[in-house]
Amino acid sequence: MSTDAAGLGRVRASAFVAPALILIAVFLVFPALWVVLLGVTNYRLTGLAAADPEFVGLDNFVSALTDGRFLDSTWLTVQFVLGSAVIGQAILGFTLAKVLHGRVKRFVEGLVILAWILPSAVVSFLWIALLDRDSGTLNTLLGIPGFPWLLDHPMLSIIVFNTWRGTAFSMMLYGAALGNVPPSHLESARLAGANGWQQLRDVIFPHIRGHILTNLLLISLWTFNDFTPFLLTAGGPDGKSEILAVHVYKVALQGGELGYGAAVSTVILLINLVVAVFYLRLLREQR
Amino acid sequence: MTGFVVRRIGFYTFVAVVLAFFALPLLWLVTAPFTDTPTYEVKVPDFTPANFQAIVEHPYALGSLVNSIILAVGTAALVVLFASLAAYALSRVRLPGRDALLYALLLLSSIITGTAAMVPLFQLAVTVGLIDSQLGLILILTGGLLPAAIFMLKDFMDSTPKSYEESARVFGASPLQIVGHIVVPLVRPGLATIAVWALANVWGNFLMPYLLLSDVEKQPAAVIMYTLYTEGGQPNLRLLSTFGLLYSIPVVLMYLFVSKKYGFRFHGGIKR
Repeated sequence: MSTDAAGLGRVRASAFVAPALILIAVFLVFPALWVVLLGVTNYRLTGLAAADPEFVGLDNFVSALTDGRFLDSTWLTVQFVLGSAVIGQAILGFTLAKVLHGRVKRFVEGLVILAWILPSAVVSFLWIALLDRDSGTLNTLLGIPGFPWLLDHPMLSIIVFNTWRGTAFSMMLYGAALGNVPPSHLESARLAGANGWQQLRDVIFPHIRGHILTNLLLISLWTFNDFTPFLLTAGGPDGKSEILAVHVYKVALQGGELGYGAAVSTVILLINLVVAVFYLRLLREQR
Repeated sequence: MTGFVVRRIGFYTFVAVVLAFFALPLLWLVTAPFTDTPTYEVKVPDFTPANFQAIVEHPYALGSLVNSIILAVGTAALVVLFASLAAYALSRVRLPGRDALLYALLLLSSIITGTAAMVPLFQLAVTVGLIDSQLGLILILTGGLLPAAIFMLKDFMDSTPKSYEESARVFGASPLQIVGHIVVPLVRPGLATIAVWALANVWGNFLMPYLLLSDVEKQPAAVIMYTLYTEGGQPNLRLLSTFGLLYSIPVVLMYLFVSKKYGFRFHGGIKR
Protein backbone atom coordinates (compact mmCIF):
# COMPACT_ATOMS: atom_id res chain seq x y z
CA MET A 1 0.00 0.00 0.00
CA SER A 2 1.55 3.29 -1.02
CA THR A 3 1.09 6.12 1.39
CA ASP A 4 -0.35 9.46 0.36
CA ALA A 5 2.40 11.49 2.02
CA ALA A 6 1.54 14.82 0.43
CA GLY A 7 -2.16 14.56 1.18
CA LEU A 8 -3.03 14.54 -2.48
CA GLY A 9 -6.31 12.67 -2.28
CA ARG A 10 -8.00 10.86 -5.12
CA VAL A 11 -9.52 13.93 -6.77
CA ARG A 12 -6.31 15.95 -6.98
CA ALA A 13 -4.37 12.84 -7.96
CA SER A 14 -6.75 12.34 -10.88
CA ALA A 15 -6.30 15.97 -11.90
CA PHE A 16 -2.52 15.42 -11.93
CA VAL A 17 -2.90 12.37 -14.15
CA ALA A 18 -5.56 13.83 -16.47
CA PRO A 19 -3.48 15.91 -18.95
CA ALA A 20 -1.16 12.99 -19.65
CA LEU A 21 -4.03 10.55 -19.98
CA ILE A 22 -5.96 12.78 -22.39
CA LEU A 23 -2.97 13.13 -24.74
CA ILE A 24 -2.29 9.40 -24.53
CA ALA A 25 -5.93 8.56 -25.21
CA VAL A 26 -6.20 10.82 -28.27
CA PHE A 27 -2.84 10.18 -29.90
CA LEU A 28 -2.08 6.62 -28.81
CA VAL A 29 -5.10 4.59 -27.75
CA PHE A 30 -7.38 5.96 -30.44
CA PRO A 31 -4.97 5.22 -33.34
CA ALA A 32 -4.40 1.75 -31.89
CA LEU A 33 -8.12 0.99 -31.93
CA TRP A 34 -8.34 2.43 -35.43
CA VAL A 35 -5.61 0.04 -36.57
CA VAL A 36 -7.60 -2.92 -35.27
CA LEU A 37 -10.70 -1.64 -37.08
CA LEU A 38 -8.85 -1.08 -40.35
CA GLY A 39 -7.55 -4.63 -40.12
CA VAL A 40 -10.98 -6.09 -40.83
CA THR A 41 -11.53 -4.01 -43.98
CA ASN A 42 -10.06 -4.16 -47.48
CA TYR A 43 -9.08 -0.47 -47.29
CA ARG A 44 -6.45 0.54 -49.86
CA LEU A 45 -4.43 3.68 -50.51
CA THR A 46 -5.71 3.99 -54.08
CA GLY A 47 -8.39 2.50 -56.32
CA LEU A 48 -11.96 1.45 -55.68
CA ALA A 49 -11.45 0.15 -52.14
CA ALA A 50 -9.95 3.51 -51.13
CA ALA A 51 -13.25 5.34 -51.61
CA ASP A 52 -15.51 2.68 -50.17
CA PRO A 53 -13.75 0.09 -48.02
CA GLU A 54 -15.67 -3.10 -47.30
CA PHE A 55 -15.79 -5.28 -44.21
CA VAL A 56 -13.84 -8.47 -44.90
CA GLY A 57 -13.82 -10.08 -41.45
CA LEU A 58 -10.73 -12.04 -40.60
CA ASP A 59 -9.60 -12.51 -44.23
CA ASN A 60 -6.58 -10.23 -43.77
CA PHE A 61 -5.47 -12.13 -40.68
CA VAL A 62 -5.83 -15.48 -42.40
CA SER A 63 -3.84 -14.36 -45.42
CA ALA A 64 -1.15 -12.82 -43.19
CA LEU A 65 -0.72 -15.95 -41.09
CA THR A 66 -0.50 -18.17 -44.16
CA ASP A 67 1.79 -15.82 -46.10
CA GLY A 68 5.37 -17.09 -46.34
CA ARG A 69 6.71 -13.55 -46.51
CA PHE A 70 5.05 -12.62 -43.22
CA LEU A 71 6.30 -15.77 -41.48
CA ASP A 72 9.85 -15.25 -42.77
CA SER A 73 9.66 -11.68 -41.58
CA THR A 74 8.55 -12.81 -38.10
CA TRP A 75 11.46 -15.26 -37.87
CA LEU A 76 13.93 -12.53 -38.92
CA THR A 77 12.47 -10.26 -36.24
CA VAL A 78 13.01 -12.96 -33.60
CA GLN A 79 16.65 -13.26 -34.70
CA PHE A 80 16.98 -9.48 -34.66
CA VAL A 81 15.58 -9.12 -31.13
CA LEU A 82 17.50 -12.08 -29.66
CA GLY A 83 20.74 -11.20 -31.42
CA SER A 84 20.88 -7.44 -31.01
CA ALA A 85 18.82 -6.74 -27.86
CA VAL A 86 19.00 -9.78 -25.57
CA ILE A 87 22.49 -11.00 -26.50
CA GLY A 88 24.10 -7.85 -27.90
CA GLN A 89 22.85 -4.88 -25.90
CA ALA A 90 22.05 -6.56 -22.59
CA ILE A 91 25.23 -8.63 -22.28
CA LEU A 92 27.58 -5.97 -23.61
CA GLY A 93 25.81 -3.32 -21.51
CA PHE A 94 26.08 -5.41 -18.34
CA THR A 95 29.73 -6.26 -19.00
CA LEU A 96 30.62 -2.62 -19.54
CA ALA A 97 28.77 -1.55 -16.39
CA LYS A 98 30.50 -4.30 -14.40
CA VAL A 99 34.13 -4.13 -15.48
CA LEU A 100 34.82 -0.45 -16.22
CA HIS A 101 36.21 1.86 -13.56
CA GLY A 102 37.56 5.38 -13.20
CA ARG A 103 38.81 7.40 -16.13
CA VAL A 104 38.58 4.52 -18.63
CA LYS A 105 34.94 4.18 -17.65
CA ARG A 106 34.08 7.81 -18.29
CA PHE A 107 35.72 7.79 -21.70
CA VAL A 108 34.21 4.50 -22.92
CA GLU A 109 30.79 5.46 -21.53
CA GLY A 110 30.92 8.75 -23.40
CA LEU A 111 31.44 6.98 -26.72
CA VAL A 112 28.76 4.36 -26.04
CA ILE A 113 26.24 7.06 -25.11
CA LEU A 114 27.20 9.07 -28.21
CA ALA A 115 26.18 6.12 -30.40
CA TRP A 116 22.84 6.15 -28.59
CA ILE A 117 21.98 9.85 -28.78
CA LEU A 118 22.99 10.67 -32.37
CA PRO A 119 19.99 10.93 -34.76
CA SER A 120 19.12 7.77 -36.75
CA ALA A 121 19.40 9.66 -40.03
CA VAL A 122 23.04 10.40 -39.19
CA VAL A 123 24.06 7.02 -37.76
CA SER A 124 22.56 5.14 -40.68
CA PHE A 125 24.82 7.10 -43.04
CA LEU A 126 27.79 6.50 -40.75
CA TRP A 127 27.21 2.75 -41.00
CA ILE A 128 26.66 2.87 -44.74
CA ALA A 129 30.03 4.62 -44.95
CA LEU A 130 31.64 2.11 -42.55
CA LEU A 131 30.37 -0.91 -44.46
CA ASP A 132 30.76 0.49 -47.99
CA ARG A 133 32.22 -2.26 -50.16
CA ASP A 134 34.87 -0.23 -51.98
CA SER A 135 36.00 2.55 -49.67
CA GLY A 136 34.43 1.62 -46.32
CA THR A 137 36.63 1.76 -43.22
CA LEU A 138 35.88 -1.82 -42.21
CA ASN A 139 37.01 -3.37 -45.48
CA THR A 140 40.10 -1.18 -45.54
CA LEU A 141 41.04 -2.33 -42.04
CA LEU A 142 40.33 -5.98 -42.75
CA GLY A 143 42.09 -5.78 -46.12
CA ILE A 144 39.13 -7.19 -48.04
CA PRO A 145 38.10 -4.40 -50.45
CA GLY A 146 34.92 -5.14 -52.34
CA PHE A 147 33.29 -7.33 -49.69
CA PRO A 148 29.57 -6.43 -49.71
CA TRP A 149 28.54 -6.69 -46.04
CA LEU A 150 25.03 -5.32 -46.51
CA LEU A 151 24.36 -7.69 -49.43
CA ASP A 152 26.03 -10.87 -48.18
CA HIS A 153 25.26 -10.56 -44.45
CA PRO A 154 22.31 -8.17 -44.11
CA MET A 155 20.99 -9.67 -40.85
CA LEU A 156 24.43 -9.77 -39.21
CA SER A 157 24.96 -6.15 -40.28
CA ILE A 158 21.74 -4.83 -38.76
CA ILE A 159 22.21 -6.93 -35.59
CA VAL A 160 25.70 -5.55 -35.00
CA PHE A 161 24.45 -2.08 -35.93
CA ASN A 162 21.60 -2.22 -33.41
CA THR A 163 23.95 -3.52 -30.70
CA TRP A 164 26.19 -0.52 -31.35
CA ARG A 165 23.19 1.79 -31.38
CA GLY A 166 21.42 0.68 -28.21
CA THR A 167 23.96 -0.68 -25.71
CA ALA A 168 24.06 2.63 -23.82
CA PHE A 169 20.60 2.17 -22.28
CA SER A 170 21.44 -1.25 -20.82
CA MET A 171 24.84 -0.05 -19.68
CA MET A 172 23.34 2.87 -17.75
CA LEU A 173 20.53 0.80 -16.29
CA TYR A 174 22.88 -1.92 -15.06
CA GLY A 175 25.25 0.75 -13.79
CA ALA A 176 22.47 2.02 -11.53
CA ALA A 177 21.42 -1.52 -10.59
CA LEU A 178 24.93 -2.62 -9.60
CA GLY A 179 25.15 0.40 -7.31
CA ASN A 180 22.30 -1.11 -5.30
CA VAL A 181 24.10 -4.40 -4.59
CA PRO A 182 25.32 -4.14 -0.97
CA PRO A 183 29.14 -4.37 -0.95
CA SER A 184 28.99 -6.32 2.33
CA HIS A 185 27.19 -9.22 0.60
CA LEU A 186 29.88 -9.34 -2.09
CA GLU A 187 32.55 -9.15 0.58
CA SER A 188 31.17 -12.10 2.53
CA ALA A 189 30.79 -14.13 -0.68
CA ARG A 190 34.43 -13.40 -1.48
CA LEU A 191 35.52 -14.37 2.01
CA ALA A 192 33.56 -17.60 1.66
CA GLY A 193 35.73 -18.34 -1.39
CA ALA A 194 33.21 -17.67 -4.16
CA ASN A 195 34.86 -17.08 -7.54
CA GLY A 196 33.81 -14.37 -9.97
CA TRP A 197 31.11 -16.40 -11.69
CA GLN A 198 29.68 -17.65 -8.37
CA GLN A 199 29.49 -14.10 -7.05
CA LEU A 200 27.61 -13.09 -10.19
CA ARG A 201 25.19 -15.99 -9.95
CA ASP A 202 24.56 -16.05 -6.20
CA VAL A 203 24.87 -12.44 -5.12
CA ILE A 204 24.58 -10.01 -8.02
CA PHE A 205 21.91 -11.61 -10.25
CA PRO A 206 19.40 -12.24 -7.45
CA HIS A 207 19.80 -8.61 -6.34
CA ILE A 208 19.26 -7.06 -9.77
CA ARG A 209 16.77 -9.58 -11.13
CA GLY A 210 14.06 -6.91 -11.38
CA HIS A 211 16.37 -4.57 -13.27
CA ILE A 212 17.36 -7.33 -15.68
CA LEU A 213 13.77 -8.20 -16.51
CA THR A 214 12.69 -4.56 -16.89
CA ASN A 215 15.69 -3.94 -19.12
CA LEU A 216 14.96 -6.99 -21.29
CA LEU A 217 11.29 -6.04 -21.56
CA LEU A 218 12.01 -2.50 -22.72
CA ILE A 219 14.82 -3.26 -25.15
CA SER A 220 12.96 -6.24 -26.62
CA LEU A 221 9.90 -4.11 -27.35
CA TRP A 222 11.96 -1.22 -28.71
CA THR A 223 14.02 -3.49 -30.93
CA PHE A 224 10.97 -5.40 -32.12
CA ASN A 225 9.39 -2.22 -33.47
CA ASP A 226 12.53 -0.45 -34.64
CA PHE A 227 12.37 0.96 -38.15
CA THR A 228 16.00 2.16 -38.40
CA PRO A 229 17.32 -1.03 -40.13
CA PHE A 230 15.27 0.10 -43.13
CA LEU A 231 17.69 3.01 -43.55
CA LEU A 232 20.61 0.55 -43.83
CA THR A 233 19.31 -2.31 -45.97
CA ALA A 234 15.72 -1.27 -46.92
CA GLY A 235 14.75 -4.84 -45.98
CA GLY A 236 16.88 -6.27 -48.74
CA PRO A 237 18.45 -7.90 -50.54
CA ASP A 238 15.43 -9.90 -51.59
CA GLY A 239 13.66 -9.57 -48.22
CA LYS A 240 16.59 -11.11 -46.30
CA SER A 241 16.51 -8.39 -43.64
CA GLU A 242 12.82 -7.52 -43.85
CA ILE A 243 11.92 -7.43 -40.15
CA LEU A 244 8.26 -6.84 -39.24
CA ALA A 245 8.44 -3.04 -38.87
CA VAL A 246 9.88 -2.85 -42.40
CA HIS A 247 7.38 -5.42 -43.67
CA VAL A 248 4.42 -3.31 -42.50
CA TYR A 249 5.84 -0.22 -44.14
CA LYS A 250 6.31 -2.09 -47.40
CA VAL A 251 2.85 -3.66 -47.62
CA ALA A 252 0.89 -0.71 -46.21
CA LEU A 253 2.60 2.35 -47.64
CA GLN A 254 4.63 1.13 -50.58
CA GLY A 255 2.08 -1.51 -51.60
CA GLY A 256 -0.95 0.59 -50.61
CA GLU A 257 -2.78 -2.28 -48.89
CA LEU A 258 -3.79 -0.37 -45.78
CA GLY A 259 -6.32 -2.91 -44.51
CA TYR A 260 -3.90 -5.82 -44.81
CA GLY A 261 -1.10 -3.70 -43.30
CA ALA A 262 -3.32 -2.85 -40.35
CA ALA A 263 -4.03 -6.55 -39.80
CA VAL A 264 -0.27 -7.25 -39.75
CA SER A 265 0.13 -4.37 -37.26
CA THR A 266 -2.51 -5.96 -35.05
CA VAL A 267 -0.65 -9.27 -35.14
CA ILE A 268 2.55 -7.40 -34.19
CA LEU A 269 0.65 -5.84 -31.30
CA LEU A 270 -0.41 -9.30 -30.11
CA ILE A 271 3.14 -10.69 -30.36
CA ASN A 272 4.36 -7.73 -28.30
CA LEU A 273 1.66 -8.44 -25.76
CA VAL A 274 2.81 -12.06 -25.44
CA VAL A 275 6.43 -10.97 -24.98
CA ALA A 276 5.42 -8.43 -22.34
CA VAL A 277 3.23 -10.86 -20.42
CA PHE A 278 6.07 -13.40 -20.48
CA TYR A 279 8.48 -10.95 -18.84
CA LEU A 280 5.89 -9.67 -16.39
CA ARG A 281 5.12 -13.21 -15.20
CA LEU A 282 8.80 -13.80 -14.60
CA LEU A 283 8.91 -10.53 -12.69
CA ARG A 284 5.99 -11.49 -10.49
CA GLU A 285 7.55 -14.83 -9.59
CA GLN A 286 10.33 -13.13 -7.70
CA ARG A 287 7.97 -11.70 -5.10
CA MET B 1 50.89 -12.64 -9.87
CA THR B 2 50.75 -14.04 -13.42
CA GLY B 3 47.02 -14.43 -13.00
CA PHE B 4 46.83 -10.74 -12.21
CA VAL B 5 48.89 -9.82 -15.28
CA VAL B 6 46.81 -12.02 -17.58
CA ARG B 7 43.63 -10.48 -16.22
CA ARG B 8 45.00 -6.96 -16.75
CA ILE B 9 45.95 -7.79 -20.34
CA GLY B 10 42.54 -9.33 -20.94
CA PHE B 11 40.87 -6.25 -19.49
CA TYR B 12 42.77 -3.78 -21.65
CA THR B 13 42.23 -5.90 -24.77
CA PHE B 14 38.51 -5.86 -24.05
CA VAL B 15 38.53 -2.09 -23.53
CA ALA B 16 40.48 -1.58 -26.76
CA VAL B 17 38.07 -3.72 -28.79
CA VAL B 18 35.04 -1.92 -27.31
CA LEU B 19 36.61 1.46 -27.98
CA ALA B 20 37.34 0.52 -31.60
CA PHE B 21 33.83 -0.86 -32.07
CA PHE B 22 32.15 2.30 -30.81
CA ALA B 23 34.59 4.82 -32.29
CA LEU B 24 35.10 3.44 -35.82
CA PRO B 25 31.69 4.37 -37.27
CA LEU B 26 32.04 7.89 -35.85
CA LEU B 27 35.31 8.65 -37.66
CA TRP B 28 33.60 9.46 -40.94
CA LEU B 29 31.43 12.11 -39.29
CA VAL B 30 34.45 14.06 -38.04
CA THR B 31 36.55 13.79 -41.21
CA ALA B 32 34.21 13.92 -44.23
CA PRO B 33 32.72 17.40 -43.57
CA PHE B 34 36.21 18.91 -43.73
CA THR B 35 37.27 17.01 -46.85
CA ASP B 36 37.19 18.61 -50.30
CA THR B 37 35.20 15.97 -52.20
CA PRO B 38 34.31 13.37 -49.57
CA THR B 39 33.66 9.72 -50.44
CA TYR B 40 32.72 6.98 -47.98
CA GLU B 41 36.43 6.64 -47.24
CA VAL B 42 37.85 8.02 -44.01
CA LYS B 43 40.72 10.29 -45.02
CA VAL B 44 42.84 12.84 -43.24
CA PRO B 45 40.80 15.99 -43.90
CA ASP B 46 42.20 19.01 -45.70
CA PHE B 47 40.14 21.38 -43.53
CA THR B 48 38.21 23.10 -46.25
CA PRO B 49 35.33 25.35 -45.15
CA ALA B 50 33.65 24.93 -48.55
CA ASN B 51 31.16 22.29 -47.39
CA PHE B 52 29.96 24.49 -44.55
CA GLN B 53 29.63 27.36 -47.00
CA ALA B 54 27.40 25.14 -49.14
CA ILE B 55 25.20 24.28 -46.17
CA VAL B 56 24.81 27.96 -45.20
CA GLU B 57 23.75 28.72 -48.77
CA HIS B 58 21.26 25.84 -48.83
CA PRO B 59 17.76 27.39 -48.66
CA TYR B 60 16.32 25.08 -45.98
CA ALA B 61 19.24 23.54 -44.07
CA LEU B 62 19.67 26.07 -41.25
CA GLY B 63 15.93 26.74 -40.95
CA SER B 64 15.31 23.04 -40.50
CA LEU B 65 17.65 22.99 -37.50
CA VAL B 66 15.55 25.77 -35.92
CA ASN B 67 12.43 23.69 -36.63
CA SER B 68 14.06 20.70 -34.94
CA ILE B 69 14.76 22.83 -31.87
CA ILE B 70 11.13 24.03 -31.72
CA LEU B 71 9.77 20.49 -31.98
CA ALA B 72 12.25 18.93 -29.54
CA VAL B 73 12.05 21.62 -26.85
CA GLY B 74 8.27 21.90 -27.09
CA THR B 75 7.76 18.16 -26.81
CA ALA B 76 10.31 17.68 -24.02
CA ALA B 77 8.72 20.47 -21.96
CA LEU B 78 5.25 18.96 -22.26
CA VAL B 79 6.54 15.43 -21.58
CA VAL B 80 8.42 16.45 -18.43
CA LEU B 81 5.53 18.55 -17.09
CA PHE B 82 2.73 16.04 -17.70
CA ALA B 83 4.78 12.94 -16.92
CA SER B 84 6.06 14.26 -13.59
CA LEU B 85 2.58 15.28 -12.43
CA ALA B 86 1.14 11.93 -13.46
CA ALA B 87 4.06 9.88 -12.13
CA TYR B 88 3.91 11.65 -8.77
CA ALA B 89 0.18 11.06 -8.38
CA LEU B 90 0.52 7.43 -9.45
CA SER B 91 3.44 6.90 -7.09
CA ARG B 92 1.70 8.35 -4.03
CA VAL B 93 -1.98 7.56 -4.49
CA ARG B 94 -3.31 4.13 -5.26
CA LEU B 95 -5.65 4.58 -8.21
CA PRO B 96 -7.54 1.47 -9.26
CA GLY B 97 -5.84 -0.61 -11.94
CA ARG B 98 -2.70 1.52 -11.83
CA ASP B 99 -0.02 -1.04 -12.63
CA ALA B 100 -1.98 -2.81 -15.35
CA LEU B 101 -2.73 0.57 -16.94
CA LEU B 102 0.91 1.61 -16.88
CA TYR B 103 2.11 -1.59 -18.49
CA ALA B 104 -0.63 -1.56 -21.10
CA LEU B 105 0.21 2.01 -22.10
CA LEU B 106 3.92 1.28 -22.18
CA LEU B 107 3.30 -1.65 -24.46
CA LEU B 108 1.05 0.36 -26.71
CA SER B 109 3.46 3.27 -26.96
CA SER B 110 6.33 1.11 -28.13
CA ILE B 111 4.26 -0.10 -31.06
CA ILE B 112 1.93 2.70 -31.97
CA THR B 113 4.62 5.36 -32.31
CA GLY B 114 6.22 3.41 -35.14
CA THR B 115 5.09 2.39 -38.56
CA ALA B 116 1.91 0.68 -37.36
CA ALA B 117 0.07 3.91 -36.56
CA MET B 118 1.12 5.91 -39.60
CA VAL B 119 -2.20 5.58 -41.37
CA PRO B 120 -4.56 6.35 -38.46
CA LEU B 121 -2.42 9.23 -37.19
CA PHE B 122 -2.36 10.76 -40.66
CA GLN B 123 -6.13 10.44 -41.02
CA LEU B 124 -6.65 11.83 -37.52
CA ALA B 125 -4.40 14.82 -38.23
CA VAL B 126 -6.26 15.56 -41.48
CA THR B 127 -9.66 15.32 -39.80
CA VAL B 128 -8.90 17.70 -36.92
CA GLY B 129 -6.77 20.05 -39.04
CA LEU B 130 -3.39 19.31 -37.46
CA ILE B 131 -1.62 18.71 -40.78
CA ASP B 132 1.31 21.04 -41.32
CA SER B 133 1.02 22.28 -37.75
CA GLN B 134 4.09 22.12 -35.55
CA LEU B 135 1.92 22.32 -32.45
CA GLY B 136 -0.11 19.35 -33.66
CA LEU B 137 3.06 17.36 -34.23
CA ILE B 138 4.32 18.30 -30.74
CA LEU B 139 1.08 17.01 -29.18
CA ILE B 140 1.24 13.76 -31.17
CA LEU B 141 4.89 13.17 -30.24
CA THR B 142 4.13 13.98 -26.58
CA GLY B 143 1.32 11.41 -26.53
CA GLY B 144 3.72 8.80 -27.85
CA LEU B 145 6.49 9.49 -25.34
CA LEU B 146 4.38 10.00 -22.20
CA PRO B 147 3.81 6.34 -21.19
CA ALA B 148 7.50 5.42 -21.10
CA ALA B 149 8.30 8.73 -19.38
CA ILE B 150 5.67 8.14 -16.67
CA PHE B 151 6.90 4.58 -16.26
CA MET B 152 10.51 5.64 -15.72
CA LEU B 153 9.67 8.66 -13.54
CA LYS B 154 7.35 6.68 -11.30
CA ASP B 155 10.28 4.51 -10.31
CA PHE B 156 12.28 7.61 -9.39
CA MET B 157 9.34 8.92 -7.36
CA ASP B 158 8.85 5.58 -5.61
CA SER B 159 12.42 5.58 -4.39
CA THR B 160 12.37 9.08 -2.87
CA PRO B 161 11.73 9.22 0.88
CA LYS B 162 8.22 10.29 1.82
CA SER B 163 9.16 11.76 5.18
CA TYR B 164 10.05 15.20 3.72
CA GLU B 165 6.60 15.46 2.18
CA GLU B 166 4.98 14.45 5.44
CA SER B 167 6.80 17.13 7.41
CA ALA B 168 6.06 19.77 4.77
CA ARG B 169 2.42 18.82 5.05
CA VAL B 170 2.55 19.20 8.82
CA PHE B 171 3.72 22.76 8.25
CA GLY B 172 0.76 23.43 5.97
CA ALA B 173 2.23 23.22 2.48
CA SER B 174 -0.26 22.59 -0.35
CA PRO B 175 0.19 19.54 -2.59
CA LEU B 176 1.38 21.70 -5.51
CA GLN B 177 3.91 23.43 -3.25
CA ILE B 178 5.11 20.05 -2.04
CA VAL B 179 5.60 18.86 -5.60
CA GLY B 180 7.35 22.08 -6.64
CA HIS B 181 9.58 22.60 -3.63
CA ILE B 182 10.30 19.09 -2.39
CA VAL B 183 9.60 16.39 -4.94
CA VAL B 184 11.00 18.15 -8.03
CA PRO B 185 14.39 18.92 -6.42
CA LEU B 186 14.59 15.33 -5.15
CA VAL B 187 13.96 13.75 -8.54
CA ARG B 188 15.83 16.34 -10.58
CA PRO B 189 18.26 13.74 -12.03
CA GLY B 190 15.23 11.75 -13.14
CA LEU B 191 13.62 14.80 -14.75
CA ALA B 192 16.89 15.61 -16.51
CA THR B 193 17.13 12.05 -17.81
CA ILE B 194 13.56 12.17 -19.13
CA ALA B 195 14.11 15.58 -20.71
CA VAL B 196 17.27 14.45 -22.48
CA TRP B 197 15.60 11.23 -23.55
CA ALA B 198 12.60 13.12 -24.99
CA LEU B 199 14.79 15.74 -26.70
CA ALA B 200 17.03 13.10 -28.30
CA ASN B 201 13.99 11.08 -29.34
CA VAL B 202 12.24 13.97 -31.12
CA TRP B 203 15.50 15.33 -32.52
CA GLY B 204 16.04 12.03 -34.33
CA ASN B 205 12.42 11.30 -35.28
CA PHE B 206 12.01 11.11 -39.03
CA LEU B 207 8.76 9.28 -39.65
CA MET B 208 6.19 11.53 -37.93
CA PRO B 209 7.39 14.91 -39.28
CA TYR B 210 7.85 13.33 -42.71
CA LEU B 211 4.25 12.18 -42.59
CA LEU B 212 2.61 15.24 -41.05
CA LEU B 213 4.57 18.28 -42.24
CA SER B 214 4.48 18.82 -45.99
CA ASP B 215 5.56 22.47 -45.92
CA VAL B 216 9.33 22.37 -46.45
CA GLU B 217 9.70 25.57 -44.40
CA LYS B 218 8.42 23.74 -41.32
CA GLN B 219 10.28 20.45 -41.75
CA PRO B 220 12.95 19.48 -39.20
CA ALA B 221 16.52 18.44 -39.95
CA ALA B 222 15.77 14.70 -40.00
CA VAL B 223 13.50 15.19 -43.03
CA ILE B 224 15.74 17.71 -44.80
CA MET B 225 18.64 15.25 -44.47
CA TYR B 226 16.91 12.95 -46.95
CA THR B 227 16.56 15.72 -49.54
CA LEU B 228 20.32 16.18 -49.83
CA TYR B 229 20.74 14.15 -53.00
CA THR B 230 22.34 15.05 -56.30
CA GLU B 231 20.35 15.35 -59.53
CA GLY B 232 21.48 11.82 -60.36
CA GLY B 233 19.77 10.45 -57.24
CA GLN B 234 23.08 9.73 -55.49
CA PRO B 235 23.61 10.98 -51.93
CA ASN B 236 25.39 14.32 -51.99
CA LEU B 237 28.13 13.38 -49.53
CA ARG B 238 29.47 16.93 -49.20
CA LEU B 239 26.14 18.26 -47.95
CA LEU B 240 25.15 15.07 -46.14
CA SER B 241 28.28 14.71 -44.04
CA THR B 242 28.43 18.39 -43.17
CA PHE B 243 24.75 18.71 -42.38
CA GLY B 244 24.94 15.44 -40.41
CA LEU B 245 27.68 16.94 -38.26
CA LEU B 246 25.77 20.21 -37.67
CA TYR B 247 22.63 18.22 -36.93
CA SER B 248 24.52 16.05 -34.40
CA ILE B 249 26.31 18.81 -32.50
CA PRO B 250 23.28 20.05 -30.47
CA VAL B 251 22.53 16.60 -28.99
CA VAL B 252 26.19 16.10 -28.14
CA LEU B 253 26.37 19.51 -26.43
CA MET B 254 23.17 18.77 -24.55
CA TYR B 255 24.55 15.46 -23.35
CA LEU B 256 27.81 17.08 -22.19
CA PHE B 257 25.87 19.82 -20.39
CA VAL B 258 23.51 17.43 -18.62
CA SER B 259 26.17 14.93 -17.68
CA LYS B 260 28.27 17.72 -16.16
CA LYS B 261 25.39 19.33 -14.31
CA TYR B 262 23.31 16.38 -13.14
CA GLY B 263 25.30 13.25 -13.94
CA PHE B 264 23.84 11.36 -16.87
CA ARG B 265 22.71 8.10 -15.33
CA PHE B 266 19.80 6.37 -13.70
CA HIS B 267 19.95 7.05 -9.98
CA GLY B 268 18.56 3.75 -8.89
CA GLY B 269 15.52 4.39 -11.06
CA ILE B 270 13.69 1.72 -13.05
CA LYS B 271 13.74 -1.19 -10.73
CA ARG B 272 10.61 -3.26 -11.00
